[in-house]
Amino acid sequence: MDALTGGALTGAWELHPSVSLRPEPFGALAYHFGNRRLTFLRHPDVVSVVRALADHPTVDAALGACEVDERRWPSFHRALATLAASEMIRPRTSAGDDEPVQEAC
Amino acid sequence: MGIDVKAPVGRVTKTPALVDQMKAGLDAPICLTWELTYACNLACVHCLSSSGRRDPRELTTEECLGVVDQLRDLQVFYVNIGGGEPMLRRDFEDIVEYATTHQVGVKFSTNGTYLDAAAARRFAAMDYLDIQISIDGATPDVNDAVRGEGSFAAAVTAMENLAEADFGPFKISLVVTRHNVSQLDQYLGLADRYGAQLRVTRLRPAGRGADTWHELHPTQAQQRDLYHWLMDRPHVLTGDSFFHLSAFGEALPGLNLCGAGRVVCLIDPVGDVYACPFVIHDEFRAGSVRDDGGFAEVWKRSELFRSLREPSSPGACASCGSYDACQGGCMAAKFFVGLELDDPDPECVKGHAEPLLTAVVPGAAPVPSPDHTRPGAVQVALGATRRG
Repeated sequence: MDALTGGALTGAWELHPSVSLRPEPFGALAYHFGNRRLTFLRHPDVVSVVRALADHPTVDAALGACEVDERRWPSFHRALATLAASEMIRPRTSAGDDEPVQEAC
Repeated sequence: MGIDVKAPVGRVTKTPALVDQMKAGLDAPICLTWELTYACNLACVHCLSSSGRRDPRELTTEECLGVVDQLRDLQVFYVNIGGGEPMLRRDFEDIVEYATTHQVGVKFSTNGTYLDAAAARRFAAMDYLDIQISIDGATPDVNDAVRGEGSFAAAVTAMENLAEADFGPFKISLVVTRHNVSQLDQYLGLADRYGAQLRVTRLRPAGRGADTWHELHPTQAQQRDLYHWLMDRPHVLTGDSFFHLSAFGEALPGLNLCGAGRVVCLIDPVGDVYACPFVIHDEFRAGSVRDDGGFAEVWKRSELFRSLREPSSPGACASCGSYDACQGGCMAAKFFVGLELDDPDPECVKGHAEPLLTAVVPGAAPVPSPDHTRPGAVQVALGATRRG
């Protein structure tokens, strides 16, 4: 996946449809019903950005829309890359074009 | 404690703030154990819930579906269903299907006796379902000494049925004892043969295990070997149950904390809510799903759970340099061997519990409750294995 190379994710992203987010005082718990992974989102701002991804053409556009201070963007880029690696978020493609991330191989 | 966390975002074990948040309790459990029945065809000598006979007060089908609704509303992501033998409930598959189609994933533990080819095919067709087969040894002699004659063969048949039905990766689960700890590599081979994932958990002196713990729990030397074995195999799941071993050095993967009443709990077959699956005793009963307000009210407001979320005192462990690593160990393990809750874990790897254990007056340890052992259930002779 080209989108995973380098530091920041490129292109459009969204929360994986199999992931459930549960708000907690520290941020949120994210559980992926497909791969059974549990992840801690450790800041409410990360939760807002993750939710905003689907409405914006790029990660940086979502960061901007959530009014995240640009000095904090590198740490958000790293957190989002980790979430992408565990399939909590996925590249957004044209409607209905689900990427076969789990079972194709 | 039942949660298998492998790669959380943000290095959980090295983030005190997040671990403190966990200790202070989450808005709902991450997952919980739900024992559906006390009925069981086996009579394992270490059974945590002293299962055997069904309890006439067990939750009805309608009540069980109501519990699922409550868990869905709280966004409890999944439940670990057990028993007893949960497949003995006639409505078992209905409950599982209702949960998995209502945003509550299910992992259920079974001894495999009733997991025939047809059941395996039905389970293979369900989404969000994990199955865990209990086998407490890599060979029939070692397993059957604890779980009863023929139980190894039944479990293997169930595994074959799941493989045949193309269920996908299931789990096999082992409670580590001093008789099977030397078989871990062999056991891993058994898992690999069926494409299964291995899960190993800690023996607790709970239920019938309170009577057999002293002769079954691993020795100090075995605990050290186990620690290194687990460190070398981070893919083996433990549900965080061996966090007391982290006092040997580097922390084991996981949250390394007691999650009782903070991030996990137990719902028993009659709907009583306990702090964890290993403390079925009135002292750790927080309430019932049948109370007004149901499970959510118990989780949020029970006095017991609120007290478990208060900062705990290191007690007798205060002067030990390893307290940060092991957190004083497992509350349930201490309770049923007659230690105080701020004493060291009975299996403290530094040996700090040994003088205290010797000082416990015989008969003074709390008795697990309630006992559902079938009258005349064949108790297996532990002496049959000559490995101790």
